[in-house]
Amino acid sequence: MTPVPTAIHHATPLRERLSRLLLPSFTGLLLLFLFAPIGVMIAFSFNNPLGRQNITWQGFTLGNYVSLWGRSDITDPMIVSLGIAAISTVVATIFGTMIALALTRYRFAGTAVVNLLIFIPMTAPEIILGASLLTLWVSMGVERGFLTILVAHVMFNISFVVVTVRARLVGFNRSLEEAGMDLYADGRTVFWKVTLPLIFPGILSAALLAFALSIDDYVITLFSAGRTLTFPLWVFGVSRLGIPPEVNVLGTLIFVVAIVGIGFQIWGQRRGGRSTDGAEPITMVVR
Amino acid sequence: MRSLRRGLTPLLLLLPGGSWLIAFFAVPMAFMLLLSLQQGTFDTGYHLTWNFGIYPQVIGKYWALFLRSASFALMATALTLAIGYPVAYTIAFHGGRLKNALLLVVVLPFFVSFVIRTLNWRMILADNGMLFGFLKSVGILRPDFHFLATPASVVFGLTYNFLPFMILPLYVAIEKIDRRLIEAATDLYASRAQAFWRVTFVLSLPGVVAGSLLTFIPTVGDFITAEVIGAGNPEVFMVGNIIQRKFLDSLDYPAAAALSFVLVAAVMVLVIVYTRLIGSDRLSG
Repeated sequence: MTPVPTAIHHATPLRERLSRLLLPSFTGLLLLFLFAPIGVMIAFSFNNPLGRQNITWQGFTLGNYVSLWGRSDITDPMIVSLGIAAISTVVATIFGTMIALALTRYRFAGTAVVNLLIFIPMTAPEIILGASLLTLWVSMGVERGFLTILVAHVMFNISFVVVTVRARLVGFNRSLEEAGMDLYADGRTVFWKVTLPLIFPGILSAALLAFALSIDDYVITLFSAGRTLTFPLWVFGVSRLGIPPEVNVLGTLIFVVAIVGIGFQIWGQRRGGRSTDGAEPITMVVR
Repeated sequence: MRSLRRGLTPLLLLLPGGSWLIAFFAVPMAFMLLLSLQQGTFDTGYHLTWNFGIYPQVIGKYWALFLRSASFALMATALTLAIGYPVAYTIAFHGGRLKNALLLVVVLPFFVSFVIRTLNWRMILADNGMLFGFLKSVGILRPDFHFLATPASVVFGLTYNFLPFMILPLYVAIEKIDRRLIEAATDLYASRAQAFWRVTFVLSLPGVVAGSLLTFIPTVGDFITAEVIGAGNPEVFMVGNIIQRKFLDSLDYPAAAALSFVLVAAVMVLVIVYTRLIGSDRLSG
């Protein structure tokens, strides 16, 4: 027990005001810091570089946004990434939602094992997941490429989908389903007409999260890729010479798409009359 | 008939996703364990000789690397906590109607690819880049100052990249705190500092623990930061860099697999000790 410093109780209004400003200004500064590399990325997507070194500001141009589309060395890996993200999102969202339903709706032996199986891949260092998959491919003599990347992405996405959809199912009002039953709907009809529409926002968030995780993944992909290039792998490869402006262009475009996507989600939630609750953004943690 | 169907339904729901996780997460872990116990070379093939000696061997050779990875990750975790706590606190207690918007702003930069973000940091922090180049030109820094490829730069990069992993769980924990408890403490003549440390902070401990684990575990296995911001300087390498090189460049699979397992075991021991130390009863809060 330290003695109470009485000075705090008799703080001058000025000091009080300063201490009130301290936390908000710190938060503001931190937000600026968080956006520093993003700001540089956006600025340099408009840079007109001399040669390949995109390091100093040379002048404004929109040319990078045009030249991007002619460069198949950039667009091809992007198309691979989009394909893997789209397919792995669909598969993982379906499988993950099924697991979430099983875990919240039924009691069965082995729940603890299932929970572990979902929890560990989410928390283990990514390099471990990637490396262990590599040993599987090598031991089984599987050629690494598009399919092995896809398998890996579905694997790490399932857990995130389960957690996101389960959060939605836990707060679910079962009486709505019972009302459906009372009105002579059979189990199947209740599921498709009542349950699924109600948990759909959760499924959508899960799918968006899975897509974002997949399109950004470098570590796990690296170990399953063989010679196939995804966008992050390609960026890493060319970056030894400095960042080509087109990389920043694509980064900026992805950033804009993310903002629009989030905007839509918020708008959808407002329209649905629910306030966004604080726990939801936590599912958007990006690896 | 009906009860049989009810009994089968959860199994059918679990089957596709569960088998995927078993086949491509659990089984590969077993393969990696077996691979670590094999001997041979990439060209002649590996044979299972139950060579447990590989474990003392890699620990003896790489213990300093493990220590460095752990200390980098610990420093980054401590920094994210020190920086993230005031931010989570401000948003939770003073965010008002902007709470969710502010949280989104915190995670927004992380929608840009990890690789692109880290590369842009390398550009900002380059010896003659926009930050240090400027400070050198106005004479604040000596011309030979450099930051990239130093241990501090790697810790910096880790701290930046994993801040949301700390801020979000902290926010969730702090937001849940019943603020009447803090009022009660001040009514009972606790100073603001006392009320914070003995009420607010204690009640936010679940978030502190969750955030620390969510930050420490991925940082300790990270290798991109040391590769990019550490500029591939072997003196700032972490365990991940060696694992990655052994798996993908030198194809020394058994040693790489053994290193991976030591990393997993070390992380698990640390997590167990840490959660025991804090007390699991506080975690459930």
